[in-house]
Amino acid sequence: MTVLFGVLLLTLLVITAVAIVRTKNLFVAVMLLGIFSLLIAANFFLLDAADVALTEAAVGAGISTVLFLGALALTSEFEHAATPHRWLSLAVVTGAALVVLYATFDKPEFGDPNAPVHQHVAPWYLQKTPEYIDIPNVVTAVLGSYRGYDTLGEVFVVFTAGIGVLFLLSARRGPAGRRRPDQAHDPAIGLRSHVIPLVVSRLLAPFILLFGLYVQFHGEYGPGGGFQAGALIAAAFILYALIEGEERTLRVLPQGALNALMVGGALLYGGVGVVGMLEGAEFLNYSVLAANPVKGQQLGIILIEAGVGMTVTGVLLSIFHAFAARDRA
Amino acid sequence: MEFLGLYHYWVFVVLLMIGFYAVVAKVNLIKKLIGLSIFQSAVFLLYITMSKVSGGTAPIFSEKITGVLYSNPLPQVLILTAIVVGISTTALGLGIVVRIKEEYGTTEEHEIQEIDRR
Repeated sequence: MTVLFGVLLLTLLVITAVAIVRTKNLFVAVMLLGIFSLLIAANFFLLDAADVALTEAAVGAGISTVLFLGALALTSEFEHAATPHRWLSLAVVTGAALVVLYATFDKPEFGDPNAPVHQHVAPWYLQKTPEYIDIPNVVTAVLGSYRGYDTLGEVFVVFTAGIGVLFLLSARRGPAGRRRPDQAHDPAIGLRSHVIPLVVSRLLAPFILLFGLYVQFHGEYGPGGGFQAGALIAAAFILYALIEGEERTLRVLPQGALNALMVGGALLYGGVGVVGMLEGAEFLNYSVLAANPVKGQQLGIILIEAGVGMTVTGVLLSIFHAFAARDRA
Repeated sequence: MEFLGLYHYWVFVVLLMIGFYAVVAKVNLIKKLIGLSIFQSAVFLLYITMSKVSGGTAPIFSEKITGVLYSNPLPQVLILTAIVVGISTTALGLGIVVRIKEEYGTTEEHEIQEIDRR
């Protein structure tokens, strides 16, 4: 039954993807992309990847849709030109598809426990996590501790991308500056005049924030962690901004605070690694952070997850504000 | 269910190529970025498919349940971080597109090239 449901979801994915590429209305394409993300998140869940499903649902269906819409508002909603060299492109793509399709016949069967990917370090992670780190969620253990270097690198990539967007979009356009004049008192900004979205968002935003914090601090025991929590907290603020207007949101959490979150998160992560070095162990070895190595590992993971959450929240919200503050061209 | 053994991989190929087609064939820059997102999601699907073990469950221990099979946590970790990095890089791409629109007044590739040629 689960297999059939998976097949149905995968087929829906393909249909959605085709519709996204075929439509000329970019607004429709972005909405369909949100549905695509939700479908693929459901698929991840069926494939036992609860953490990944949570991330994809928060990031793909939530934040990515808002960012694309922000970009559409600044560019144009329609794709004008017809597709040139259509048949040539189709031929190239079909050729590539056949090559990759041929390669899939060498893949081990779906769910095969003897596949090479399950023979390398993964059994060791599953076996040794209770002994070395003693937290139930192995995904968090691998993310935070065993592969802490990878995660540090990813956090820096996120940070760099955030700086890049701020750099690109904060350039002044003309003498008027980039911010619209005094929009906080303009009743037409946001959806404040619409009662139902207003009430629903005011009710929802605190609970989304609460859930975000739960996901942040419960990441060792269930699906969750800094990446998901950062996306959820950013989503709560974005919802608030969409309804109440951007200026009011910036009054709650000003850009300076977002910058501090971005930099502070990355520094906290790196700092935990350096503290480990000062205590006489390798960079990002948390065992020395407490008297008991297992407790040290747990403390280290909580700290670096907090750093990840701070950076992701700061970067995603900064990117959103950078798009929202831009004047319409 | 024999013939479904590779179905996930076939869907991966189809999605990958749909995204690839949007990147190479479409002239609208935002559409290209959307195609890139689909391409990226296809890769995510490939990794998560490989992490699945038949009869397994999510790799989260519970004291009440013992002796169960767990799916592979490693590909899940890689993709978890890749999703967030993906949205950040997509946002960077969108930022570049917005700047291009402001400088050139268009987001269609051939019109941009024409303006450059002048």
